[in-house]
Amino acid sequence: MTSNPAIPRGVQAPEFSLPSTPDQRVALSDFRGRPVVLAFYPADWSPVCSDQMVLYHEVLPELRRYDAELLGISVDGVWCHLAFSHDRKLGYPLLSDFEPKGQVARAYNVYRDAEGISERALFVIDRRGVVDWSYVSPVGVNPGADGVLRALESLSQRDRVTA
Amino acid sequence: MSTPWDDYEDVPSRLTDPVDPTRDHIIGPPQPRVTLVEYGDYQCPFCGQAHQVVAELLQTVGDSVQYVFRHFPLTTVHPHAEGAAEAAEAAGAQGRFWPMHDTLFTNQRALAGPHLLTYAQALGLDEPRFVRDLRERVHAPRVRSDFLGGVRSGVNGTPTFFIDGVRHDGSFDYDVLLAAVQQAMSVGAAEPSGGRHMQSRWSS
Repeated sequence: MTSNPAIPRGVQAPEFSLPSTPDQRVALSDFRGRPVVLAFYPADWSPVCSDQMVLYHEVLPELRRYDAELLGISVDGVWCHLAFSHDRKLGYPLLSDFEPKGQVARAYNVYRDAEGISERALFVIDRRGVVDWSYVSPVGVNPGADGVLRALESLSQRDRVTA
Repeated sequence: MSTPWDDYEDVPSRLTDPVDPTRDHIIGPPQPRVTLVEYGDYQCPFCGQAHQVVAELLQTVGDSVQYVFRHFPLTTVHPHAEGAAEAAEAAGAQGRFWPMHDTLFTNQRALAGPHLLTYAQALGLDEPRFVRDLRERVHAPRVRSDFLGGVRSGVNGTPTFFIDGVRHDGSFDYDVLLAAVQQAMSVGAAEPSGGRHMQSRWSS
């Protein structure tokens, strides 16, 4: 089964506001002025040792070196996210693309209609809110964090050139 | 306009940090036909399985293969993995990395501090030094450096293997891993420069 082509580099990242907890919402524009890493993933509770979200938690200090914010997004509900995040001790928000289901994933063109889940897709969004890098991983393959780190590094180098 | 961007789209995952005999823990001949690098976590049950597979594999092709172990502790899900990795390094500082490495994998369910001390005693290590190394987290930077090198090389879980610097995306079943290593050997044999040269090329 082929993957969707994610919205590419140079496109303004679609704005969204999604719940991160039962009483808090997070909007993309909250982080304007900083790079944002969006990590769409199919579902909470995938097997532990190859879990992408756990890996990203471990890499958080490196993302912070680029002043980047990391947001995980799946169609799971808020309570599911809370339990998952607590169990895996994740130090970044998981956003619930639950109602209308997959609306944000659709906006980024990474929703899988047949299964009702999002692709495993990564977006690095620059300080102005423009997509600078996007990647859709093959189904079932944890993309790791090397692509994200290289994209952030490239961004920061260009920031330095234009600063 | 050329940017750093142009260089990295869809590049297959390759080892960014080449094998370094002054730093790495290495088993095997100094001029191997193939290098096998593993990123692993002492508390990860899959790595425990892989440890046995690697031991068997080295019995078969150990004359030609250089095996390197690097740390990739996923500490949120494996709370004892970091301490175990630092204990292996502390043993390594006393020239006993591999015996501690084997002990840790053989005792994956007993990796808390008191257990680590027992293993150090059994291996005849300088105990005060071992304890001080762990308490002062002397080897934490080394473990983190292994981890980050792994992240940048595309390690996405544990265990992850690199054969001659290229990530092995197949399973780590004995037959599959052995076949992949033998495949690399035959490629290396066809090129006079061999695996090490290819690795240094890829590591740039």
